[in-house]
Amino acid sequence: MSALALFASAPAAAVSSAPGLHALPALPLSTQLIHLIAALLLLLSFAMLAQRRVVNLVNLFAAQGALLVASTVAVAYSTGDAELYQSAALTLLLKVIVLPLVLHRLIRRLHAEWDTETLVNIPTLQIIGIVLVIFSFVLAQPISRFAGEATRGTLGIALALVLLAFLMMIVRRKAVAQVVGFLAMENGLLFAATSATQGMPMVVEMGIGLDVLVGVFILGIFFFQIREQFDSLDLQHMETLKED
Amino acid sequence: MELLIVLAIPLLGAAVLAFVGQRGFAPQVNLAFSAATFAAASVLTARVIAQGPMRVFAEQFFIDPFNVFFVALTAFVGMTTAAFSQPYMRIEQDRGRLTAARLRLYHSMYQAFMFTMLLALTTNNMGILWVAMEAATLTTVLLVSLYRTKASLEAAWKYFILCGVGIALALFGTVLLYFAAERVLGHAGMNALLWTRLDAVKGRLEPGIIGIAFVFLLVGYGTKVGLAPLHSWLPDAHAEGPTPVSAVLSGLLLNVALYAVMRSKVLVEGSLHAFWPAQMLMAFGLVSVLVGAFLLWRQKDVKRMFAYSSIEHMGIITFAFGMGGPVANFAALLHMTGHALTKSAIFYTTGHASQKAHSQRIEDIQGLREQSPALGWGLMIGVLAIAGMPPFSVFASEFLILTTAMQQQPWATPILLLGLGVAFGALFLRGQGMVFGRSSLRELSHAPNMAPVFVHLALVLLLGLWIPQFLVSWWHTAAAMIGG
Repeated sequence: MSALALFASAPAAAVSSAPGLHALPALPLSTQLIHLIAALLLLLSFAMLAQRRVVNLVNLFAAQGALLVASTVAVAYSTGDAELYQSAALTLLLKVIVLPLVLHRLIRRLHAEWDTETLVNIPTLQIIGIVLVIFSFVLAQPISRFAGEATRGTLGIALALVLLAFLMMIVRRKAVAQVVGFLAMENGLLFAATSATQGMPMVVEMGIGLDVLVGVFILGIFFFQIREQFDSLDLQHMETLKED
Repeated sequence: MELLIVLAIPLLGAAVLAFVGQRGFAPQVNLAFSAATFAAASVLTARVIAQGPMRVFAEQFFIDPFNVFFVALTAFVGMTTAAFSQPYMRIEQDRGRLTAARLRLYHSMYQAFMFTMLLALTTNNMGILWVAMEAATLTTVLLVSLYRTKASLEAAWKYFILCGVGIALALFGTVLLYFAAERVLGHAGMNALLWTRLDAVKGRLEPGIIGIAFVFLLVGYGTKVGLAPLHSWLPDAHAEGPTPVSAVLSGLLLNVALYAVMRSKVLVEGSLHAFWPAQMLMAFGLVSVLVGAFLLWRQKDVKRMFAYSSIEHMGIITFAFGMGGPVANFAALLHMTGHALTKSAIFYTTGHASQKAHSQRIEDIQGLREQSPALGWGLMIGVLAIAGMPPFSVFASEFLILTTAMQQQPWATPILLLGLGVAFGALFLRGQGMVFGRSSLRELSHAPNMAPVFVHLALVLLLGLWIPQFLVSWWHTAAAMIGG
């Protein structure tokens, strides 16, 4: 229950420290929509942080991708930028369809459907997460004031998404979960790009997409190699190489 | 046009070797592609020296004396490493450490890795630079995990996760850079990330954004440079991958990552007019020197030891770039060249030495000179050169960096001297132990190719004694471009 309570407080902390949100009623619909999506993305990040089952983690990742598509479309609509629709289509294809499918297939073939992780202190994790969100907003404050009306405040959330995914990668021990964390981090970066700058140049976005896709394929092969060598996808067994 | 050829050859090589990489003639094909890349890079270099900087393909690529220097160095070491890997990988295959499919993967990824580095060096687009760096990470992850042993999988995983996180931070920095650029250049699409455009308006970029962007870029690309405390992937990746991969990681990839940092620094300094970016570089550099030097003493694995030595040297170079100014920049470029050539030569010799000993442990490698004089002396000379003994070029550049530090940053001189001294002691002691003493080493199934080792060492010696005039003026131009 305490985890749920913390869930509720996370977006609240986000909203109260975001500049420009006091004028909420005066904002156009698309802007309000972007803010809503940003808040939902943040909520999803916390849900991922607390999710034990690997399969559900992939579903949450797909949901995150879908929200990202929605936000990109909203930004594209409000700025009238045609290139952003292409970017949204690319995200839809890669983050909502291809990557979750690939990950689900991998999990099935690894017989890891029922894999769960024993995350002992989820409440502590959530509190650290909230501290990260506050830190992100403080860091983004000097930058956000240069952003356009529609996207002000979302840069802080984008940075928070990156840092929360980072936290997830640190605390997870399962290889698949670490990769989902890596992809979630990439989602956060993409959100930063769309919200702050109306998307990176198309060539760059396609390059990033290609890198991510290739990366996941390579890691997919790795899963099998790791399991073959270590008899488990648990990275705790990987502690032979030490810093000395 | 030359540029297109430089990029096309390794890409074509990767495609061709993806099909024939397991055949008996594949190492020769690999060498041929690498040599062709070097030939094309030489033509490109000659043209840039003669005609000055050029922008090609709607400004998407930009070649100036600064990056063409890296292109030439990358293509050269790429070629010699391909020559070294010919007998080395055959021996590995004879010993059953590699299947034919893995060998094919190795050859194809080697060329793909060359392509990504050359793309990162020549692109004018800061976004493409990021994409190429990430692609370089992916190709090397496959190369590091080539043996598929527990340790190599662990090293590759660690490498991927750490560099993946690091490079994600660099992407955030790039997004912020784009954000700042759009405010000045308007919604210029893909042109807003062109380095030349950014360089032209760097005085008008919003300092508040650029400052934060630089922190992300430095930490992100700095992870790939192996700057302490972000270095922990580096020794594992060097030790567990095949030796040719260690040589190109140390000699080339770290340089390319540092190149990305320097491109960012030029923009930041033009925008901020503050000293803190330079101070951050110097601090990261000094910490790396100390961490690298002291951890050298604790190493039992020969490749890990030289990996820590790479951390130390990247620290020296980063410190020199941080000091800035024509002399320090010149010294840093000279040091990069000296380090790339010497360190790869050392990896060539230690690779064969550990094949002879059937072990990478330093205590198992004894009396290399007795069993194989060429390898033994090659390693000894390499160790002396990398430890900074005169008359090699590493000594000359370290001397220049130290004297500049005494004038500009006197506080840093004792720290540098301490690091250099500690590293010298460790390298000399361990190197001597491996080269001299009673030998228990065995013969190899293929004779090692010693030409790359001695060509590299001869070049390092030459650069220490006398730097050709064209090289001096070339580096001076490059050093002036980085400013500081």
